[in-house]
Amino acid sequence: MKVTLKIWRQKGPNEKGGFKTYQHDHVSPDMSFLEMLDVLNTNLIKKGEEPVHFDHDCREGICGMCSLYINGHPHGPLQTTTCQLHMRSFKDGETITIEPWRARAFPIIKDLVVDRTAFDRIQQAGGYISVNTGGVPDANEIPIPKKVADEAFDAATCIGCGACVAACKNASAMLFVSAKVSQFALLPQGKPERKERVQKMVAQMDAEGFGACTNTKACEAECPKGISVTNIARLNREYYSASISSYEWQVGGGGE
Amino acid sequence: MKLDSKIPAGPIAEKWTRHKFNLKLVNPANKRKYDVIVVGTGLAGSSAAASLAELGYNVKAFTYHDSPRRAHSIAAQGGINAAKNYQNDGDSVYRLFYDTVKGGDYRAREANVYRLAEVSVSIIDQCVAQGVPFAREYGGLLANRSFGGAQVSRTFYARGQTGQQLLLGAYSAMNRQIANGKVKLYTRTEMLDVVVIDGKARGIITRDLITGKIEAHSAHAVLLCTGGYSNVFYLSTSAKNCNATAAWRAHKKGALFGNPCFTQIHPTCIPVSGDHQSKLTLMSESLRNDGRVWVPKKGIKGLKAKDAVNIPESERDYFLERRYPSFGNLVPRDVASRNAKYVCDEGRGVGSSGLAVFLDFSDAIKRDGRNTIEAKYGNLFDMYKQITGDNPYEVPMMIFPAVHYTMGGLWVDYNLMTTVPGLYALGEANFSDHGANRLGASALMQGLADGYFVIPYTIGDYLATIGWNDKVGTDHPAFKESMEQVQLGIKRLLDINGNKTVDEFHRQLGHIMWEYCGMSRNEEGLKKAKKMIQDLRAEFWSNVKVLGTSTELNAELEKANRVADFLELGELMVDDALHRSESCGGHFREESATEDGEAKRKDDEFAFVSAWEYKGSNQAEELHKEELVFENVKLTQRSYK
Ligand SMILES: Cc1cc2nc3c(=O)[nH]c(=O)nc-3n(C[C@H](O)[C@H](O)[C@H](O)COP(=O)(O)OP(=O)(O)OC[C@H]3O[C@@H](n4cnc5c(N)ncnc54)[C@H](O)[C@@H]3O)c2cc1C
Ligand code: SF4
Ligand code: FES
Repeated sequence: MKVTLKIWRQKGPNEKGGFKTYQHDHVSPDMSFLEMLDVLNTNLIKKGEEPVHFDHDCREGICGMCSLYINGHPHGPLQTTTCQLHMRSFKDGETITIEPWRARAFPIIKDLVVDRTAFDRIQQAGGYISVNTGGVPDANEIPIPKKVADEAFDAATCIGCGACVAACKNASAMLFVSAKVSQFALLPQGKPERKERVQKMVAQMDAEGFGACTNTKACEAECPKGISVTNIARLNREYYSASISSYEWQVGGGGE
Repeated sequence: MKLDSKIPAGPIAEKWTRHKFNLKLVNPANKRKYDVIVVGTGLAGSSAAASLAELGYNVKAFTYHDSPRRAHSIAAQGGINAAKNYQNDGDSVYRLFYDTVKGGDYRAREANVYRLAEVSVSIIDQCVAQGVPFAREYGGLLANRSFGGAQVSRTFYARGQTGQQLLLGAYSAMNRQIANGKVKLYTRTEMLDVVVIDGKARGIITRDLITGKIEAHSAHAVLLCTGGYSNVFYLSTSAKNCNATAAWRAHKKGALFGNPCFTQIHPTCIPVSGDHQSKLTLMSESLRNDGRVWVPKKGIKGLKAKDAVNIPESERDYFLERRYPSFGNLVPRDVASRNAKYVCDEGRGVGSSGLAVFLDFSDAIKRDGRNTIEAKYGNLFDMYKQITGDNPYEVPMMIFPAVHYTMGGLWVDYNLMTTVPGLYALGEANFSDHGANRLGASALMQGLADGYFVIPYTIGDYLATIGWNDKVGTDHPAFKESMEQVQLGIKRLLDINGNKTVDEFHRQLGHIMWEYCGMSRNEEGLKKAKKMIQDLRAEFWSNVKVLGTSTELNAELEKANRVADFLELGELMVDDALHRSESCGGHFREESATEDGEAKRKDDEFAFVSAWEYKGSNQAEELHKEELVFENVKLTQRSYK
């Protein structure tokens, strides 16, 4: 099949970017979307033109590295990661527009590559349970109802790709943050620090310049891992109850 | 050079406890005077960085990813072993030890494997305390499943995403130490050299992948937790960016490389669909519990999955069931892989390439009903459909073996130290505990054992011995020299401006490795491969095309650096495979087979670890042998008939 590609090209963080159009005539429907770009890049290099930079690694839908905004959707038309998208999802002769994630908190590094370290800083602010290596109880000491464990797991499957931010007109990171907060809030091990955690993570999220959540649910619709907006409701509850009784947080309980 | 494995004396069950007692300790108040560099933040690296920082050491952690959470450990699906015996089915530390030594076809060090089994139980406790959401039973206790090579249920799992959950746990522990100021994290930063001064590792040279800046970092010790080298084959189940550069450059600085030819090939991967193929996707081994593997008795060119139903039973060859009546489709990974290769070599492979066999669930669906099969494998079936466009509920899957793991790696002693004092290797980067074949669910266990429970003890012994003022600053000329070397290498690559892309070279190397140093190897082929790799390497250095500059994000340059190293490592793998003229584990030498074509070990000649010493560019490497002594496990030939 043949496709026309309109790709965002930008030399560096502070340079002006713009779309460039490429004709790609050797596409097989069995190729993954990224393999289609690999072939494009090989052709560009052969012609002496700089290849298109894009982030990717596992190509299995789990590392969260791939991040293309395709035809107006993060990760393209299916609810999956870009690396799991195949060319058979596109029509012969179609024009495909490829952009980077766009959000103030995700500055562009080059072409389609953006900086998502804001997510890491949110996690560093409190996305952990304060235990040192060793000296912990036996793993079966605290039984956890299967339903609770499963729910925590569902939240924990977030791959940190940032599609939720890219999908949101406010560039809000609430779905991502709520997934992490929920995982720990649900588990008994996470309870001692839950108030402090939610406050610190939300504060960092705001400091990074992510927008507010206005409940459009665009994030849930585009999340490749099906993270549910019920997590956002849980985050809001956690945050609310933490702010009316922030006893542990004020006395510094559970921190370093 | 004499290899000293530093295996402690005493009965196997007491070695680690005694050793821990005999190791020197660093006084708690002095720990903050020591700097440790951790390269790689996968399971091994993150767990080590977090644990060392908790103890008080100053840690600098490096990864070429934008976040530690992207390390390839994230992709592990099946699970992690631990000798908890929660199922009361007869598991024990000793049994896990025994299974692992046997599974590794008696080419691993007993003492290391025993320690691995011993600390495995603490790993699960640690992960649960961090909030890792393992699968649970209705009563709220942890669930287990069984995995290849074991007769007990000892595998802990988090649906099909165990690696992800374990890595997020280790990552969160490291995040806490970043917040605490004890770990300084460098992302999108690639290590390109180890600096060795007066015989000790003193630091590393890195490249900032965004700005291209080359920098020097010094420390009292350097830990390489940089993963495996499966990508030497170009196509493998590893992530695209996995590479051997850190290990290889350390090798060139004096660290011996152990058992480079020991690679694992996984039988159930999705076959190659065309020349554009960029990586291979693993389908969980568990599928072989219900799927039946077959090809037509007579080859049919280009047989499609949808036409398989038209082939009558009498025309089908269920070759694993036929050859191995007692294990059938559940033979170990290497046996299943090799047999798939044989039938394809005979021209009986299926699919457009002829390089695939069927994995058929129709009998299981008839027997147990679609719902049962869906409950067990639903996510895998969906993934298969997504990638291939075929629906495995209706037509058989097509599978083919793919490179999946490298048992070989930097040689380390019992303390995980390489032959360069102060330089350690953890996780898949070392040659460690799996011998000639790794059992399923044991890599995650080893990475976390190394990082959480081994290195925090063993590193103290070295640090206490050298003392905190034995540190060399980056102003030492050796750092400058090393930086210049790195810069020169980069310039050389950019200056060639030839006609072939890096990927084209990488793919060609992959073909050579797969063809001659893959599932089955022989002297003639290996000799041919050696020559081909040498020629390809020469061509690479005169004809590779790398565009762009060294002072910007330049993915082609990154790849070129890595492929340059693969082109050297590939030759060493071939040398090692040539030298080891026995068959063991994942290494099958056609010359060393029983009458009916099964692998034959030669314990009298080859019960040793091969450790190769670098002798200079384009020079033959020197082989050192670490003899393996088995005091507890009886050596037997594997049989699955
Ligand atoms: C598809 C798949 C499924 C698997 N399933 C299982 C399973 O079910 N059970 C099991 O036990 N094992 C499994 N394995 C194996 C297991 O996942 C790996 O062996 C293990 O996770 C390796 O961990 P690691 O920490 O050693 O390395 P990795 O996780 O590969 O981490 C390497 C780290 O090093 C960094 N790095 C490398 N080189 C450099 C450099 N030069 N400079 C800076 N940073 C560098 C990387 O950025 C990364 O952070 C699976 C493997 C694959 C491929
Ligand atoms: S919540 Fe979904 S879309 Fe957002 S980062 Fe996580 S996986 Fe990606
Ligand atoms: S490349 Fe890893 S999720 Fe897409």
